[in-house]
Amino acid sequence: MDPILLFFLFGLAAGLLRAELRLPSAIYDFVSMLLLLSIGLKGGVELAEQPFLSVLPDVLVAIVMGIVLPLLIYPVLRHVGRFKRPDAASIAAHYGSVSVGTFAVAVAWLATREIDYEAHLPLLLVVLEMPAILVGIVLARGFSAKMDWTSIGHEVFLGKGVVLLLGGLLIGWIAGPEGVEPIGPLFFDLFKGILAVFLLEMGLIAAAQASSLKRHGLFLLPFGTLVPILFGSIGTGLGMLMGMSTGGTMLFAVLAASASYIAVPAAMRISVPQANPTLSLTASLGITFPFNVLVGIPLYWKFAEWAHGAG
Amino acid sequence: MGPWGRVTPMNTNPGATRRLLTIITESVLETALTRDLEKLGAQGYTIVDARGKGHRGVREGGWEASGNIRLDVVCAEETARKIAAHVQQRYYDDYAMIVLLGEVEVLRPEKF
Repeated sequence: MDPILLFFLFGLAAGLLRAELRLPSAIYDFVSMLLLLSIGLKGGVELAEQPFLSVLPDVLVAIVMGIVLPLLIYPVLRHVGRFKRPDAASIAAHYGSVSVGTFAVAVAWLATREIDYEAHLPLLLVVLEMPAILVGIVLARGFSAKMDWTSIGHEVFLGKGVVLLLGGLLIGWIAGPEGVEPIGPLFFDLFKGILAVFLLEMGLIAAAQASSLKRHGLFLLPFGTLVPILFGSIGTGLGMLMGMSTGGTMLFAVLAASASYIAVPAAMRISVPQANPTLSLTASLGITFPFNVLVGIPLYWKFAEWAHGAG
Repeated sequence: MGPWGRVTPMNTNPGATRRLLTIITESVLETALTRDLEKLGAQGYTIVDARGKGHRGVREGGWEASGNIRLDVVCAEETARKIAAHVQQRYYDDYAMIVLLGEVEVLRPEKF
């Protein structure tokens, strides 16, 4: 088993056993910042080598997917899960958006196996952070003239995740491969080590959801594992449609299947305050993140292989 | 009484009292709250990261979504009442929030 996954399991076990282990929040902030910048930089460097316009159709596909995915599960949450409107809207937004942590683990998984993927996937990651937030807000509150679009826009476009990813992309794009070489040791060589520390913390955070999992798990447990499988197969189909390689198809499936825990929780807390954050975080962090990291990623690789074998 | 309790430097107005308003809440509200405070007439404020437990559960402060802040404002009675009423009406229903009001002695009343 990959050691970075062992770090996640270690964090999970330490959290469940209530060990005296707590990473200072400044460390968590720093580590997640490095991950976001590394992914951005790497994407930017590689984007610099291809014509920008060629990626636009894929960006559009990603935007449409980001809008449609939350709309697919909202009725299920309302009628099967029997959640209140703001809660259903918020959970739907979490699942329509993406998890950078899951993406990073998938990138490391591919790197270990020396499998290539399309250079613009980090760009699609940034793009996919955003549409679901808007969909969630509209699902929860409807369209109304009274909405404070300035602050909603601020939440959507200027959240930490989007800003750091875009910043990294731009820096990588401007500096180019040789330009980023001197900073490579921090951002690229240490990537897996940073990811390991990050996953240790994620294990602790996921374990902290255990008590609410007992309360809400009956619906959320099947929901949090079946939705990523469904979305992962949609992502696989779209990856094929865009003509991606097997590695790229797998990463796009990961984007579709993952659920946000940085951008969307913060935006929902501000824009849909009536939604109970415990429900969406239990689902996205307590269930879907561990599922994707441990089971989903190899599964989506199988999806991509099957799809490419059949096509 | 603390070591400074009886000190009355020349340029101070002994016994000038102000309100100390303390808000303990979710860090996600920081930007919105500081904007509100300035609009309602607070001259300044101090924010520290916090963690603890309340009736909305343990807030460990390990990462964004479980972060808490404690915000202190020293201001005139009227401003403090205005801020307290505003945050109560605007945030109490949906957010983890505690508001405390106390009286403090200040050495330079013109600052608050």
